[in-house]
Amino acid sequence: MINYWPLAGIAIVVAGFALRFNPLLVVVVAAIATGLLGGLDFVAVIEALGKAFNDNRYISVTWIILPVIGLLERHGLQQRARALIESVRGATMGRLLVLYLLFRQITAALGMKDIGGHPQTVRPLVAPMAEAAAQKTHGELADEDNEKVKGMAAATDNVGLFFGEDIFFAIASILLIQGVFESYGYPLTPLQLSVWAIPTAICAFIIHGGRLLAFDKRLGAKAIKAPAAPVEEVEEGDAR
Amino acid sequence: MITLEWLYILAGIIFAIWAVLSARDTGNGKRFGNAAFWGLLAVSFFFGGQMSDFANGMLVLALVAIAGAGQLGRSDPPTTTLTERLGLSQTLGNKLFLPALIIPLTAVIGTVAYNYTPFGETGLFEERRETLILFGIGVLLALGVCMVWLKPPLLAPVEEGRRLMDSIGWAAILPQMLAALGGVFALAGVGDIIGSMAGEVIPEGSIFVAVVIFCLGMALFTMIMGNAFAAFPVMAAAIGIPVLVEQFDGNPAVIGAVGMLAGFCGTLMTPMAANFNIVPAALLELKDQNGVIKQQIGTAIPLWVCNVLIIYIAGFYLWS
Repeated sequence: MINYWPLAGIAIVVAGFALRFNPLLVVVVAAIATGLLGGLDFVAVIEALGKAFNDNRYISVTWIILPVIGLLERHGLQQRARALIESVRGATMGRLLVLYLLFRQITAALGMKDIGGHPQTVRPLVAPMAEAAAQKTHGELADEDNEKVKGMAAATDNVGLFFGEDIFFAIASILLIQGVFESYGYPLTPLQLSVWAIPTAICAFIIHGGRLLAFDKRLGAKAIKAPAAPVEEVEEGDAR
Repeated sequence: MITLEWLYILAGIIFAIWAVLSARDTGNGKRFGNAAFWGLLAVSFFFGGQMSDFANGMLVLALVAIAGAGQLGRSDPPTTTLTERLGLSQTLGNKLFLPALIIPLTAVIGTVAYNYTPFGETGLFEERRETLILFGIGVLLALGVCMVWLKPPLLAPVEEGRRLMDSIGWAAILPQMLAALGGVFALAGVGDIIGSMAGEVIPEGSIFVAVVIFCLGMALFTMIMGNAFAAFPVMAAAIGIPVLVEQFDGNPAVIGAVGMLAGFCGTLMTPMAANFNIVPAALLELKDQNGVIKQQIGTAIPLWVCNVLIIYIAGFYLWS
């Protein structure tokens, strides 16, 4: 008879996120509940949590980039990114993000997955460029549309990375697949696996690229219905 | 040899400075909450390796208590105005992009050189950690270039960094905390339970239904765990290998590779994948914490369907 009780931790996570409790609190409560219901005593659960947190410090170490990004923003990096896009003739938000999607997929497929990312490129460059391009073609956007443009910029970075990186054979996920299949007696080479990431990568480009262009078109249709107000620079980032 | 520990000391120094500056920031009503939170992270980076597991666990509980009690505030250190920024961006021109490019280029070119040229034989970096260490070196290089070129006040980089860090707030350690949750899940055997449940719902004889359940399991379990790496070994052991490969004679390379990608579709739809979905929402100052996920669902679902069809057609008819 299997003990199903540890699954209560999953229920806590789902309910906690749905009820919008602080996610850190939800995660720790779920971890402690899962451990206790899985038969560990309280001290052992805290020890397991502490060890796992400590072993994963490399995830949070990347925040050391923030002083550089902040310093460049202090000197007008976001404004420069906007100006650059405004000066490119024929630049639209849809085309810009399709191009970024392609760039991210190809570079990730060549093993350069660290060339982009949310703190490195999306916040200082891609998101302001996408906003500027959208405003250039459609005039000032409603707040909710601005939010969607920024969300789409981040989404494009994710889609490009996820569905490009597995084409590169020496990446952790490919090695994991290889390891799992090998342990069941199916030796596969990384290259055999990575070529099978190509069909999905093409589908991802077509689906997400199509959505980007359709999204741009929808913004345009909205702008025609409600004629655009003249673009005013808002004191962004400082509003509290 | 340069190890990850060096990078942790660098991060510890930066978080410690943020803690001190937070404590002195009278403009922030919750300054001591911020100071304690970033200070505890500094402690974790400096001493986490020497502390006992239990002490690290107590540190985690303290961090969560501060965040859970809403004791983190947003700071507003002195900075340039929008007008000044517009002026600076015109004076400095496109050269402003160069320091930003130093970091990814150092990481990427350095990694390639380390792995494919004799540079790697020097054994300069800790094994498998070269990209992260090179990223840290890139940050220091970019910081040096900016300080020499732009000549800002000495405290400007840490103050500007603190502004960004405070705007991200507790979300900054959510990815690390979720990884810790994954560790506890594994210890309690959650994966095995899910795998045995998934294995029981496969009906006899239908390849297509089995493929759908395999891909659905990958996506759903990925959404629960926040990453496909935890889901893959479980779903491969429950369905992928015994049913799809052994019972129905499917192509193992297609099933493995595309099954993982079906899991990635789940990653696009879950707040548990915090570093991809929640952190950028905070970084971009979106009002909706799920603003990025909402833009991704429309891509993730049709792409998941594509993955099912690719496994079914390529794995069982074209290259079985």
